[in-house]
Amino acid sequence: MGRNPTTLLRKFHQARWDEPIILEMSTPGERGVLVRQAEKAVQTEVGDGLSAIPAGLRRTTSPQLPEVNQVRVLRHFMHLSQETMGTDVTIDISQGTCTMKYSPKVQEHIATRHPGMADVHPWQPESTMQGLLEVIYKLDHFLREISGLDRFTFQPGGGAQGVYTGASMVRAYHAARGDRDRSEVITTMFSHPCDSAAPATAGFKIITLMPDKMGYPDVAALRAALSERTAAIFITNPEDTGIYNPRIQEYVQAAHEAGALCYYDQANANGMLGIARAKEAGFDLCHFNLHKTFSVPHQCMGGSVGAVGVREDLAKFLPVPTVEFDGRQYFLNYEASASIGKIRSFFGNPQSMLKAYAWIMQHGADGLREAAECSVLNNNYLEKKLSEVPGVSVHYAADKRKLEQIRYSWEKLFQDTGVGTEDVMRRMADYGLQHYWMSHPPWIVPQPFTLEPCESYSKDDLDEYAAVLRQISKEAYEDPELVKTAPRNQVVHKVPEPSIDEPERIAVTWRQYLKKK
Amino acid sequence: MKKLGLVVNPVAGMGGRVGLKGSDGPDILRRARELGAVPESPCRAMQTLQVISRIKPQIEVITYPHEMGEDEARRSGFSPAVIGSITMGATTAADTQRAAREMENQGVDLILFAGGDGTARDVYQAVGQRVPALGIPSGVKIHSAVYAVTPRHAGEVAVRYLEGKLSLQEAEVMDIDEEAFRAGTVSAKLFGYLRVPEERRFVQRAKSGGIRAERETLVGIASDVIDNMIPECLYLVGPGTTTRVIMQELALANTLLGVDVVCNKRLVASDANERDLVRRLSGRRAMIVLSVIGGQGYILGRGNQQLSPAVIRTVGKENIIVVATKEKLVSLDGRPLLVDTGDEEIDRMLSGYIQVTTGYRDYCMVRVAS
Amino acid sequence: MIKEKTVFPYIPNSAPEVKAQMLEEVGASDIMDLYAEIPERLRFPGRMNLPEPILDEYSLKRHLTDLLDKNQNCMDFLNFLGAGCAQHFVPAVCDEINGRGEFLTAYVGESYADHGKWQALFEYCSLMGELLDMDVLSCPLYDGAQAAATSVRMAARINGRREILIPQTMNPETHQVLVNYCKPDLSLAEIGFDPGTGQMDLDQLSQEISSQTAAVLIENPSYLGFLEPAAAEIGNIAHDHGAEFIVFTDPICLGVVAPPAQYGANIVCGDFQPLGMHLQAGGGQGGFIATRDDMKYVSEFKDLMFGITETIQEGEYGFGEVLFDRTSYGSRERGKEYTGTTTGLWAITAAVYLSLMGPRGMEETGRTIMQMSQYAAKQLGKISGIRLAFRSPFFKEFVINFDQSKKTVVEVNRLLLEHNIFGGKDLSRDFPELGQSSLYCVTETKTKEDIDRLTSVLNEVI
Repeated sequence: MGRNPTTLLRKFHQARWDEPIILEMSTPGERGVLVRQAEKAVQTEVGDGLSAIPAGLRRTTSPQLPEVNQVRVLRHFMHLSQETMGTDVTIDISQGTCTMKYSPKVQEHIATRHPGMADVHPWQPESTMQGLLEVIYKLDHFLREISGLDRFTFQPGGGAQGVYTGASMVRAYHAARGDRDRSEVITTMFSHPCDSAAPATAGFKIITLMPDKMGYPDVAALRAALSERTAAIFITNPEDTGIYNPRIQEYVQAAHEAGALCYYDQANANGMLGIARAKEAGFDLCHFNLHKTFSVPHQCMGGSVGAVGVREDLAKFLPVPTVEFDGRQYFLNYEASASIGKIRSFFGNPQSMLKAYAWIMQHGADGLREAAECSVLNNNYLEKKLSEVPGVSVHYAADKRKLEQIRYSWEKLFQDTGVGTEDVMRRMADYGLQHYWMSHPPWIVPQPFTLEPCESYSKDDLDEYAAVLRQISKEAYEDPELVKTAPRNQVVHKVPEPSIDEPERIAVTWRQYLKKK
Repeated sequence: MKKLGLVVNPVAGMGGRVGLKGSDGPDILRRARELGAVPESPCRAMQTLQVISRIKPQIEVITYPHEMGEDEARRSGFSPAVIGSITMGATTAADTQRAAREMENQGVDLILFAGGDGTARDVYQAVGQRVPALGIPSGVKIHSAVYAVTPRHAGEVAVRYLEGKLSLQEAEVMDIDEEAFRAGTVSAKLFGYLRVPEERRFVQRAKSGGIRAERETLVGIASDVIDNMIPECLYLVGPGTTTRVIMQELALANTLLGVDVVCNKRLVASDANERDLVRRLSGRRAMIVLSVIGGQGYILGRGNQQLSPAVIRTVGKENIIVVATKEKLVSLDGRPLLVDTGDEEIDRMLSGYIQVTTGYRDYCMVRVAS
Repeated sequence: MIKEKTVFPYIPNSAPEVKAQMLEEVGASDIMDLYAEIPERLRFPGRMNLPEPILDEYSLKRHLTDLLDKNQNCMDFLNFLGAGCAQHFVPAVCDEINGRGEFLTAYVGESYADHGKWQALFEYCSLMGELLDMDVLSCPLYDGAQAAATSVRMAARINGRREILIPQTMNPETHQVLVNYCKPDLSLAEIGFDPGTGQMDLDQLSQEISSQTAAVLIENPSYLGFLEPAAAEIGNIAHDHGAEFIVFTDPICLGVVAPPAQYGANIVCGDFQPLGMHLQAGGGQGGFIATRDDMKYVSEFKDLMFGITETIQEGEYGFGEVLFDRTSYGSRERGKEYTGTTTGLWAITAAVYLSLMGPRGMEETGRTIMQMSQYAAKQLGKISGIRLAFRSPFFKEFVINFDQSKKTVVEVNRLLLEHNIFGGKDLSRDFPELGQSSLYCVTETKTKEDIDRLTSVLNEVI
């Protein structure tokens, strides 16, 4: 019993419940929960209430929702949660660029359960929300210090929406200058795809710079791409490869000379807290993903905040409302004539802002810096361990120090054994590890995988992780079919066709599936 | 039961090992043998077959006699169906072509051929686009894009294709003037397009950004070019599969291997030669639309020689539109796009950076070198 | 005394011994060696000016609790605020499931290790599909406003047109989001309403609509609470002109109100916050978009779609990502959008909610809401100085006008606040044509006592 002390491998098996789809679990007449009925006196006054609904709008056939008793519903979703490998249960170094750090339970409990958060209505009078507004106000000031920029908004519901907000502000900025020609945005191949997709949504043409042989975006290409049509450059640094571009200032200067703004996608900020900031590099706008760097949980791709910061002269374009303090009270300011308006309803995800606030309050300047340093140390340590695993290589800047994540390659393994990154990805779950993330398309690095051992992971965790990859490499060389037919100890077996693009195979709801069976 | 055709050109690559370029013609072959050259392709083919042997029970191998496939297949543990007849030790291009045709008649699902550019041309001449094919590299420098990266890789791709996991893509077959090549210059022409199983490097994992299929990207590229077309301006649409989509979206007849001229979204000339182009350009506003040809990334000089230095000088660098998918650019692996017009001055003029259209309102800044 | 460097519980390798060991293994003498790639001039000098940390967990908990204690909440106060975010009953099992650590902390894991998450999200789509009577949904969006904005872009992509017609009574926040989102290439035109009913002016609609109209979007129920009885007719007008008919709806009404698919909607969107999410000061929102199973629509969704599919094991099903070859459907890259981290956990919560509710629960909830809100409207309508702004049927929300009382909504709400009541949303700024009006939201969480209390207090203050 217990993890093998030498190999560090576990005899893991994921919970496998053979769980049906909830719509298959219906028993006519069963109730999952009973709901409040109107009082008799109310019924006397207004009748059944339904005759008020105009004839053409009355629902005549019941929705075909399943009828399941509460016990079974609970059990069903508990099974599904057991069949999910959240960061709480695994060494999640796997989801590189996502910064899967520990979401402290103390802040989780308060943010979800305290009625002063859970039961607050966004339209409540501001005098009744002072605690909430104080959190937002202070978080704004923390991020100003951390980034060096002057004002933050927390309205965007995620990093991509943050980039979209930035692009909207860039659009407003040039319009206010009377410059109608700024139709292009420049980004790089290794920046997040949202750095091109979100500005494109805001109406810009996108020019992408290809990486040079070292993996940096090509400076000469940038100069060739800059013109009086350039509205802004949108880049991530360090990029997804984990390489910090030391010439970043040159980029920013070149862009400014062309009259363009510079947006800093700080999804990969975790290694740089307290060490390098957007301001010193010259950026005009930036965003942080609160669910990455600032410990807000990832929530099955949900509930986050893309905190967008700007220089003072761009603050007038921020979405409304902003949170301000008049000396006595915190208030929501909707008066911003140059504002881009709104990106999202209300003022963002306050419970997530509270968690980020709590995390910063618990660590302080020294703690943030410690987090950054340890994440970089972890990454370099893991790189060293993986350099001993046959078949692994680092595609770019192999001789340079990387920051908090690295994009590796299994190209050699693939050439030697025919086992590729997707096979390894499936197999690792048999050892209790979350599938690693490979790369954004296009796959410039062949057979890629991107790992980010942020500061939440101990040396022992890193050793175990490396041990698993070493084991799978061994399996690939000795018995490739074992890896290629993985997973074996998981909830389900391999899906041979995970990309579904024939119309006849598309079934995104149970009813669609039944119709096509 | 899937049928796999196997054609080995036993003399391919013989020149390379002893410093001769190409191995066409009995003279070159004799010279190579004198210099001690031994056949390359047989052992390369066997590397491929070794990988394929894991699906041996599910496939039937059909091949040509002796050194044109039968030997390699048997030595790799297969019991192939042997068709046709050859003169051992004296195989020629005609044999390759006959083999491919006969395999087509046998209804093979894929033709694997081991050889070089010449072998690829022979297979193409024989079956065109009617049968999917894939090359096992065994020659000298290969210009055609129909080859796998390594013999093992060819095996992997073949297996996945026969298992139904890969789709087909068109890849360029290049016609190299072998004599000129031996003399030190490369003079290549686009010969045709074979349908080759495509390995999807472009796996879509949508964490953020967007989900797109390649076809839609091509349509996006075409739409971008078309939406920006200037009235009365001539568009010289070069050869290739990416430029073809532009013609398809305009519902105009397309010359896959040649240059078509479009104006006001209508076809003005099909498969124009250089003289024709020069004549039409006189006094007119014009733009050139170029595909990226083949694995080496040429935009000029490998199959679009009708776009001569004179034509390019008249049109001007700023009026050249290059179209390519991001995946194509990525496959260059950090290398620049290449130009080889035969005119050093024009090559120099074109070098530097060019904005490539990679989608609708989507571009890449790419280096160009000569 | 030299202050010892803190070892943080969430940063295991901040323990000095292990840190030193690791540094040695990576061949660095100092941690800053690892930052060699960042030039000196880009480094932040010194220490960030942040508050001194609250290191121990107990003190942090107190600090956070003290902060949140400063807020009033809708359990202690009697709440009648709606306007895009509504107070509904949240079953305990919903909180139980979205509190599960596995779901809370999962992200983009593949469909093996995260099979449970993929299945839960598939079930969300499936259950919403039944409620909406439509076959296709994507993964959730940020909120209803985003769902409306994307629906509009989808329509424009489908028919290549540029004009969108929206109701003047639309949720102002949704409207603002739409304005921003449509800026690059789409134009929005508002259709007015009948002052007596609030319902869309069909004559004006018929005049404004043209062959350039990409879509007609209505809210049903409206932001202002009323139902649009002429919805099907609006849909016909849209279709007669080749435009898409988009309906923004409130899913919690769909146990008793017909789903828009049944009266001609092509694209249905909305916010599913009412299905099991606490108010969370606006943090519980989630957007959905649904269409029928027609590749014309399916290929235009911008977000992730999970499809059920086979594994290599007979009889077993797994999940895959739906990608599209959009060749035949002529979709251009025009109006391209982006996707990202949105509201996955809330979608799973909605799946739990709908599973618990079943058809009976949805019907009864819908009925209770209808009854309580009608009762409230009736009681308030009796107060002199107050009148109902619209005579239309409504679901859950209705507009009250205070003009005759000579009091502003601001005043009224201030007085209500003194009685620990949150009065309805002040509409006087966004809808000046409605005078001093307020939007009251009465859900199944309001008892007769609650409403009677509101009535008596209002009677008092007016």
